Amino acid sequence: MSDGVLIAQGTGPVIPDFGEGSKCVTENRLFCPDWVRDNWHSVIQPALLQHIKLTLIAVAIGFALAFVAAVVTHRYRLTEKPFGAFSAVVYTIPSLALFQLLVPITGLTVTTAEVALVGYTLLILYRNILAGLRSSPPEVLEAARGMGLTRGQMLRRVELPLALPATFAGLRVAVVSTIALATVAAFVIPQGLGHPIFLALREYFKTEIIVAGGLAIGLALVADGGLVLLERALTPWARARRVA
Amino acid sequence: MTVANLDVFANAVRFIVDERTLILHKTWEHLELSAAAMAVAIVLALPLGILLGHLHRGSFLAINLSNVGRALPSLAVIAIGIAFLGVGFANVTLALVVLAVPPILTNAYVAVDGVEEDAVEAARGMGMTSWQVIRSVEFPLALPLIFAGIRTATVFVVATATIAAIAGGGGLGDIIVNQASYRIEGVVGAAICVSVLALAADALLGLVQHFLTPAGLRVGSGAFEPDVVTGVSRL
Repeated sequence: MSDGVLIAQGTGPVIPDFGEGSKCVTENRLFCPDWVRDNWHSVIQPALLQHIKLTLIAVAIGFALAFVAAVVTHRYRLTEKPFGAFSAVVYTIPSLALFQLLVPITGLTVTTAEVALVGYTLLILYRNILAGLRSSPPEVLEAARGMGLTRGQMLRRVELPLALPATFAGLRVAVVSTIALATVAAFVIPQGLGHPIFLALREYFKTEIIVAGGLAIGLALVADGGLVLLERALTPWARARRVA
Repeated sequence: MTVANLDVFANAVRFIVDERTLILHKTWEHLELSAAAMAVAIVLALPLGILLGHLHRGSFLAINLSNVGRALPSLAVIAIGIAFLGVGFANVTLALVVLAVPPILTNAYVAVDGVEEDAVEAARGMGMTSWQVIRSVEFPLALPLIFAGIRTATVFVVATATIAAIAGGGGLGDIIVNQASYRIEGVVGAAICVSVLALAADALLGLVQHFLTPAGLRVGSGAFEPDVVTGVSRL
């Protein structure tokens, strides 16, 4: 972790630091470009990079686990009914509380944040990948079998490509949710864009709230849009069908 | 699950019982906040969604709004709301409204837009006005889906209202963000209350939905099943 770059303040009580005290900053106007310029490299940029890293790690691990679980469930025709009920309940647990509940087990570490984040992505991705795998029309599977494809070949060449749209739908939700939850994670670890948001809320320093909050929103929207474009690139047949 | 953890849950339940006055008070605040946000969001989003669906216009807006809305990190939205408007009940409510509008609007649009063309044609052929078509044909047929959107938004708002505590909005979040005073038992106890509240609101709305659905359209149960594709998003 490249923690060294960030934030001298740690978690203790914070002394208000309104920077060099330009007129705009001392008056706490809505937005002070000079503060952003002065603090971009020391505060904002590291937080943004940490946020991206937190998100990527959580989604990557969550995807790998969900993918294996979904393929196994599909292959051996297990039911996911109990899982559905379980995930419905998990979504109602306030993330603020979940992060705190994990602290006694994993401490005030990045692991705490990642465990919770992976948990949430897992729930979304597993259901969507499985729904995608089950979406292959029977006649397509019949044709594939008729061509002499083995189970493994059917999975790789037919079922997985056909599961892409549902998988991407899940991936989009997982990524934007993780970005949102990672801001909340700053309640227990001084990482990501949530950290400057929480600090600035305590000081009621508007510029920092707006910059960090705006970046979190921007990051979510860009990630969502990027995944839409990636899906289009990976599923050329869907576009051909739309045009036809 | 370790033994220590089970202890935490037992203590959390004890906290709920021992501190029932506090819990009831905060639960009430939580409900007020959620209900206010939902009421405003419904008043804003429902007529607009129904109108757009009736006109078959603005699908780009109606559908993409929910994608954008789903992507918004609640904490960031609430924080920015505070930067512009300061701390307090009204501002937190406004931030929650921003988060609740998209699912309601999108579902209302999709529901009304998807009402069978034949039914609308027949109604028009009988000489119904546009208003009558909306009121007597499109709205009843679209009601189940419209209600599904309201349910999704409600569960989301009840869970997210927790974050409002950071902004002085009150509610059960006040306990959850204050581990220093209430210790982990209090945090978990309040979290349990939030979950129960969200699930209860969902079950209640499911019941209402069941009775509002025209008998001919009732299919299966109204059990809580978050939509696979959209999912009930975070928090």
